[in-house]
Amino acid sequence: MKQNKPHPDSDAGGRWNPYLVGAALGVLSWVVFAVVNTPLGISTPISSAASLCATPILGSEAVAGNAYWTKFPFKWDCHLLFLVGTFLGSLLSVLASRSFRLETAPSTWAGRFGGSPAKRLLAAFLGGSIIMFGARMAGGCTSGHGISGCLQLALSSWVFFLTLFAFGVLTAFLLFDNRNAASH
Amino acid sequence: MTLPITGETARWLAIPFGMLFGVLLHRGGVADYNVIVNQFRLRDFTVLKIMLTANIVGGLGVWALHGMGHAEYQIKPANLLGVALGAALFGVGMVVYGYCPGTGVAAIATGSLHALVGFAGMLAGAVLYALSYPWVETHIQPVAALGKIHLPQLTGIPDWCWFVIFAAIAGTVFWLLETKFNRNDRADLNNSRIS
Repeated sequence: MKQNKPHPDSDAGGRWNPYLVGAALGVLSWVVFAVVNTPLGISTPISSAASLCATPILGSEAVAGNAYWTKFPFKWDCHLLFLVGTFLGSLLSVLASRSFRLETAPSTWAGRFGGSPAKRLLAAFLGGSIIMFGARMAGGCTSGHGISGCLQLALSSWVFFLTLFAFGVLTAFLLFDNRNAASH
Repeated sequence: MTLPITGETARWLAIPFGMLFGVLLHRGGVADYNVIVNQFRLRDFTVLKIMLTANIVGGLGVWALHGMGHAEYQIKPANLLGVALGAALFGVGMVVYGYCPGTGVAAIATGSLHALVGFAGMLAGAVLYALSYPWVETHIQPVAALGKIHLPQLTGIPDWCWFVIFAAIAGTVFWLLETKFNRNDRADLNNSRIS
């Protein structure tokens, strides 16, 4: 299990210029708006798929009667297919660049909190829960609000983007760069 | 007027569109935990470069398509309290997880086991939200709800002006970052100094 890469530029052969990637994402959004006619987001299909996982725990009646899943039921719609595509596309790209590697504690994390997989996995689970709760409360994530919404100049999406960024910077400072904090 | 593609075909086209999205996230470097976290530490600006460029290029194109009647705007309602609280949680969660939902899914494909565990966390967070939904809908979402409004309506400044403003700000910031401050997104090199 490889944990420390030399630094990001070392595999720059596989990495593309960020401005070109951004422009390509912009062009992709033109096509999606014109063809699918729905702003695609990633957090909506994940929250709908969660109803499948909740069924064995909460019971099928509780899931069927839940107001959220009644509004966003699990179905193989364009959002979920887009999510499946995202995974497949990344997988193809990783295989093509031969950069697949199992990772539990990435270098930035390990440099601050150590290489213990359990600690990192716990944080990832916690962070994942918080991020999805927040995404559903805000009505979208970095794709639905951050790209699809911001590019339409939606007020909600720009409030989302600026607030997320401010709290992200604050959290990153407290977790990684606050030298007064107890060292781990 | 819409393009001559039926709903069912459009639905299946979401797979190749998603695949392009996945390729771009991976090749853009944002399926990498270090790149995401170091954006928030202001050491690696890859995420902002990608997102702002996507918004300017995407926004101008969708605005033009909209003007020609080929695309409809789909604006999310500005329930400002819900959006702000949700975004604050999202910002905290994004640093702790090290990914957002889309880049997390892309990262699982690269072999990131913590992205996979975080995906299970996302499912748990969605269940928690579904259970809290009636309360949130009643008490949070109606507060400061301005409806499906966009910045040109709110300010009277036309769409194209906003894109010029964003392009000017983004262009200046990135030009300064890449020339004056010589920040070439070599975050891991900085890391060795910190730890």
